[in-house]
Amino acid sequence: MKAKLDGVLTGVHYMDGDQAACEGALAAGCRYIAGYPITPSTETVERFAQRIPCVGGIFMQMEDEIASSIAIQGAVWGGAKAMTVTSGPGFSLMMEHIGYAIMTETPCVFVDVQRGGPSTGLPTMPSQSDLMQARWGSHGDYDLIALCPNSPQECFDLMICAFNFSERFRIPVMFMMDECIGHMTEKVVIPHPDDIEITPRRYTAKRPQDYLLYGPCDDLVPEMPEIGKGYHFHITGLTHDERGYPDMTVDAQHRLIHRLIHKIKNYKNGIVMVEADDLDNAEVVVLSFGITSRIADRAIIDAKNSGIKTGKIRLKTIWPFPDELVKNVSQKARAIVVPEINAGQIVREVERAATDRCRIISVPHYGGGVHRVETIYDAIIEGAKVE
Amino acid sequence: MSKEKHPLSDYLREDRMPHMWCPGCGIGIAVSAFLNALKQSRYGQDDVVLVSGIGCAGRVAGYVKLDSFHTTHGRAIPFAEGLKAASPKTKVVVFSGEGDLMSIGGNHFIHAGRKNMSITILCVNNLNYAMTGGQVSPTTPAKAITATAPFGSFCQPFNLPFIAEAAGAVYVARWTVFHVRQLQKAILEAIHKKGMSFVEIISPCPTLYERRNQMGTALSRMNFYRENTVIKNGASTKDAVMDLDKPFIVGKFVDDDSKLTYLEAMNEYYDTTFSCDANYHTYTGSKI
Repeated sequence: MKAKLDGVLTGVHYMDGDQAACEGALAAGCRYIAGYPITPSTETVERFAQRIPCVGGIFMQMEDEIASSIAIQGAVWGGAKAMTVTSGPGFSLMMEHIGYAIMTETPCVFVDVQRGGPSTGLPTMPSQSDLMQARWGSHGDYDLIALCPNSPQECFDLMICAFNFSERFRIPVMFMMDECIGHMTEKVVIPHPDDIEITPRRYTAKRPQDYLLYGPCDDLVPEMPEIGKGYHFHITGLTHDERGYPDMTVDAQHRLIHRLIHKIKNYKNGIVMVEADDLDNAEVVVLSFGITSRIADRAIIDAKNSGIKTGKIRLKTIWPFPDELVKNVSQKARAIVVPEINAGQIVREVERAATDRCRIISVPHYGGGVHRVETIYDAIIEGAKVE
Repeated sequence: MSKEKHPLSDYLREDRMPHMWCPGCGIGIAVSAFLNALKQSRYGQDDVVLVSGIGCAGRVAGYVKLDSFHTTHGRAIPFAEGLKAASPKTKVVVFSGEGDLMSIGGNHFIHAGRKNMSITILCVNNLNYAMTGGQVSPTTPAKAITATAPFGSFCQPFNLPFIAEAAGAVYVARWTVFHVRQLQKAILEAIHKKGMSFVEIISPCPTLYERRNQMGTALSRMNFYRENTVIKNGASTKDAVMDLDKPFIVGKFVDDDSKLTYLEAMNEYYDTTFSCDANYHTYTGSKI
C-alpha cells in the first residue's frame, strides 16, 4: 500500500527532528494524535495541530499524558492510525498503557523525546536515559520494538517504519528521540507518496460467525476486527483466551504471554536495523545510537587517523537488541566502546551479548549535554591496548 | 422442558454466564435497564460501543454482546473520547463505577464535560470499592464504615450530579436501581443527547457496604431506596448530597444539549477559519 497524497509533504525541507517526526507520522497515515505539552517534544504536536485541518484528522490536547496514551488506543479501535508524543515525565505516566496496548494488541506509536532525568530533571537538555524504561517500564513480561533516529531525516524515515512495525505486529512501537535530535534543524527530503510503502491494518475479512478474536495465526499476529461490523468483540487487559474472554488460568497466561513475546522474537531479523561499518578487521568497535552516534563518528575518524582499526555499529533499532551482531563482533574485536547519554544502560546489553569475549568499555554521560569527541576517542585508544 | 429465551439474550454474552456479581448487587439491574433502553433506542447493536474501566461495574463490558472494551483503571473516558473522535458515527457509552470514574478517573470526567465530547457516561455508585473488598470511595458517606475506614469515613463525599453539571454535562440524572423504569427512561434520554450525558445509578453492595454498616439485606436496601428517596426533577444539583442514612433526591436535574459538541465545534471552526491549497500542503486564513 502506498502513502496517501494528502499527508505527504513531498519536497526538500529544512526542519527540526520534532517536525520531521510529525511529517513522518502524517506520511505513514497517522490521523490522530492525543498529547499533552511537554518540552522538548511539543513541536511535533504543534505541527500536527497546524497541519491536520487540511490533511483531515484530529489533534486532541488531553488533560494529561495518561489520558493521551489511552485516547490514542480508543482512536485506533475507532479506525485511525494514532500516536502520542511526550518526554520523560510524561513517558513515566504512560507506562500502564504501553502494557494495555501490548495485551490488547493495539497498534500505535509512543514518541519519547528524551531529556535529562530522573523526575523533572533537565527539561530542555538531552539524554538517552529512557531506553530501559521503554523496554521494561510497564509491569509484566512482554516484548516490543523501539527505534532510535539520529537525524531529522531519520525522524521522518524511521517514523514510517515505526507505524509499519506497529501494524505488522500489532504492538506499540517506542520512538526514542533525544532533545538534540528533536531540536536539530537539518535538510529533510520527503519522497513522493508512491515511494513510501505503508503497512495497512490487518483487518479480518472473515465473517463474524467464522471469526475468533485471537484465533490461530501463522505468524502469531491475529487479524483485527472493525467496530460496528457485527463482530461484537470484547477487548480486555485481563489475561484472555482465543475469544478474548477473561481466562484466569496458568494455561491461558502461558499461551498468551508466549505468543505475545514470540510474535516479535521470531521475526527479530526483520526488525533489527543497524548501520555497521568496518567491522571485519576492527580492533575496536564503537556502538552508539541517536545524537551520540554523530559524535562517535568524529572520534572514529580520529582513531583511524591514529592508526587504530575502528569499526562502527549504530543502532537504529534499540529493541529488540542485535545480540547476534554484538556476539560476532566480540569474537573478533579487542574491545567494544559504548558511549551513551546515561549511566550505562545499553552497555549492559552489550555485556550480555558479548559474554566476556572482549573488553567492554562503557562511556557514560549523565545528560544535559553530549560527549566530547576526545572522551570517546580516549576510550577507543584504551580499548586498542593489548592487555 | 422447553428452553425459554432470556428477553435480552440477543444483547448478552450468554456463553459468559453466570456473571461474577454477588447476589443482591444492583449492577445487573443497571445493565438490564441499559440494554432495554438500547433496544428501545434508535441505535442498532452495531452502532454502539461500550467502554468500561476496572471494578465490579467495569466488568459490564465483558457481558454485553456489543463491541466492548474493558480498559485500564480510571481511563474508560479518554479511551471513549479517542474512539469517538476516530469514529464519530459510533455511539460511545462508558459504563463503570464511581471509584473508577470519579476517583482515579475524576480528572478525565471533568475534562470530558469541558470538551463536551459526545459520549454517555453511566456511573454505578455503590458507595465503596467493591472489587477490592470494600474500601472508601469518593462517594462513601461521612461516618460510613469501610475496610479502610474501620471507624467510619471522616471525609465528605462527592456529590456526583453537582460535579457533572459544573463540568458541563448536557444531561444529568440520578436514579437508584429500585427506580427501574425511570432509570431505563433516563438512559434512553441520555444516549440520544449530543454532548456529554451522565446518569448516576445508586446501587446496593450488600456483600460489603450494607453488611459493614449493618444496613440489612439487598431487599431492605431496596426498601430504603423506596422510602428515603425524593423524586425531584429539575432540582438544583447542589441539593443532591447523600448522607449515611438520610433521604436523598433522585430525578433528572439537567437536560440541555444545545451547546456544540467537541467535534461540531472543531468542524465548524475549521470550516470557517481555514482554506487549504490543492495539495493539502498549506492553508490560509490562520494567524499562525
